[in-house]
Amino acid sequence: MSDLRITGLHKHYGAFHAVKGIDLDVPSGEFTVLVGPSGCGKSTLLRCIAGLEETTSGTVEIGGKDVTYARPRDRDIAMVFQNYALYPYLNVKDNIAFGLRARKFADTEVEKRVKRAADMLGIGPLLARFPRELSGGQRQRVAIGRAIVRDAILYLFDEPLSNLDAQLRDDMRAEIKRLHRELGRTMVYVTHDQIEAMTLADRIVLLRDGVVEQLGAPLDLFERPNSRFVASFLGSPKMNFLAATLSAEGVTLADGTKLGLPGRKGLKAGDAVILGLRPQHIAMAGKTVSKGHERVPVTIELVQPTGSRMQATMPLGGASIVAELAAHDVSRPGEQTHIDIDMTRAVIIDPATDKVI
Amino acid sequence: MSALPFHRRNDVRLAFRYLIALLLVVVFVFPVYWLFIISFKTPDEIFAFPPVWYPQSLQLANYKVLFKDGDAITVWNSLVLASVSTFFAMILGTIAAYSLVRFKTGGENLSVWIISQRMMPPVAIVFPLFLLYVYFGWVDSYHGLIILYTAFSLPYVIWMMRGYIEDIPLELEESALIDGCTRWEVLWKVVLPMARSGLFATAVFTFIFAWNDFLFALVLTRTEVTTYTVQVTHYFGGQSNFWAKIAAMSVLGTIPVFITVAIMQRFLVRGISMGAVKG
Repeated sequence: MSDLRITGLHKHYGAFHAVKGIDLDVPSGEFTVLVGPSGCGKSTLLRCIAGLEETTSGTVEIGGKDVTYARPRDRDIAMVFQNYALYPYLNVKDNIAFGLRARKFADTEVEKRVKRAADMLGIGPLLARFPRELSGGQRQRVAIGRAIVRDAILYLFDEPLSNLDAQLRDDMRAEIKRLHRELGRTMVYVTHDQIEAMTLADRIVLLRDGVVEQLGAPLDLFERPNSRFVASFLGSPKMNFLAATLSAEGVTLADGTKLGLPGRKGLKAGDAVILGLRPQHIAMAGKTVSKGHERVPVTIELVQPTGSRMQATMPLGGASIVAELAAHDVSRPGEQTHIDIDMTRAVIIDPATDKVI
Repeated sequence: MSALPFHRRNDVRLAFRYLIALLLVVVFVFPVYWLFIISFKTPDEIFAFPPVWYPQSLQLANYKVLFKDGDAITVWNSLVLASVSTFFAMILGTIAAYSLVRFKTGGENLSVWIISQRMMPPVAIVFPLFLLYVYFGWVDSYHGLIILYTAFSLPYVIWMMRGYIEDIPLELEESALIDGCTRWEVLWKVVLPMARSGLFATAVFTFIFAWNDFLFALVLTRTEVTTYTVQVTHYFGGQSNFWAKIAAMSVLGTIPVFITVAIMQRFLVRGISMGAVKG
């Protein structure tokens, strides 16, 4: 059974067409992440699901019930907001209990549930404090507590981690993932951060300009993107794109470098294409060239150590590419060396449509 | 003459500043003191020359006579009119302001029109109003003045509350809507607590406007609901002025405002600055 079903949803703001006909089915218990660059319509879509925005056309069903025209309170949802949305005049306990009291739960039940939610989030000792006395991470925990304290069919998250600093964001991400496993609830999560999307999602819905660009499991999208946009959006550092021409044996880059394309069929020699190479699929040359790999001489232009790994920039085929190498692979710019490119995982894109071939 | 050592010079400067501050305090506080002190003087002391700077005994005869003659009831009248009209103006004004902010009721123009009502000089409408009130039979009645004061305060309340409500993060309200509140519950449980400082500040000013009104009360009352501002003028006679009564009545008229502001001070300062600067 699906807990959320969206059919042909459109949203106009005056002349601006924010969401352009989205169909989406979220099965019970799934963690779905809506991701995309700012302005892609992901937050608008979430707000339409929540009932905070009216849809222009299309339907929204939650728990098998058509709620397209229902008020937010009648949709059986809970939501965590980006700016926490805690009531500054209520302490943590009353903040968490707010929704239960609004729905007229008995006091004993409120006590019990607040305690359980607080224990789950490790904020038990903070119940008497006011939001202004909490750190950003604690506030976000309270905001999450306020959502999970209720038995909603659907839990919505609107960029809940984007106000936190990097370290805290990693912690809270893990926390949310753990909560989802413990509660087993259906969650829809909006973010612009591709790492959050990759790590949290059972399924990613990648949006662009108000339409679904691609939808699937995180690794599916990462390994088998269906367009240049998806390929470049997911993954860090970004995928490298090189202009190339198809030949009988593989591809020829702008500077004449020839690379083989093992296991590819149906490509027409002579066509101009774009070759996509992930930085992770480029390594320092080993003792032997593995099957399906191509060895190329390069001159290192720039090195950016990240601690465990190193991002090296180098010219290739008339452009500049980034490779993610091991931490001690190269030491300084100007170094001349060889790299091995895993061509089995290369992506070929049609420049006319930007679709993956 | 040799120059004074540095720290001595500083002391002199400080003393000079205190002297100026003291002078200013005297200039500002003396009239208030004089008002209070006259209200406790006997007629002889009031007209004595040289003036009696402080009376020998604080006799309450001036106040007793106000209560005995029933003049003091006018302070009660003012209190009822100002409080009740403030109460209604705050309720109606806050709801209207919320509607203007959240539902863009009437677009941009409606709120400008509302505040423009405030630009009409009261004296321009008081006589037409008088005729209307005679027709309705509302002259010299509580409800007549309460309706008028409420209506007259509304533009101010709406305009002020609009600013305070605009400062409330929308997410707080949306969160409450999802948590199961109706719009009215959002107004009650989120908007009012969030705008509390502004609410009190606005209420204090609304109260003071009504409290200090003289013109409407003068024209629209006769004997039943005379306010204290009108009553005070009765003591200015053609032959003589009843200074003792004027002073005592003025003191009675000052005290409620004094108490109100003292209680609300905590909210006032924050409320006044709150709408001005976006956090």
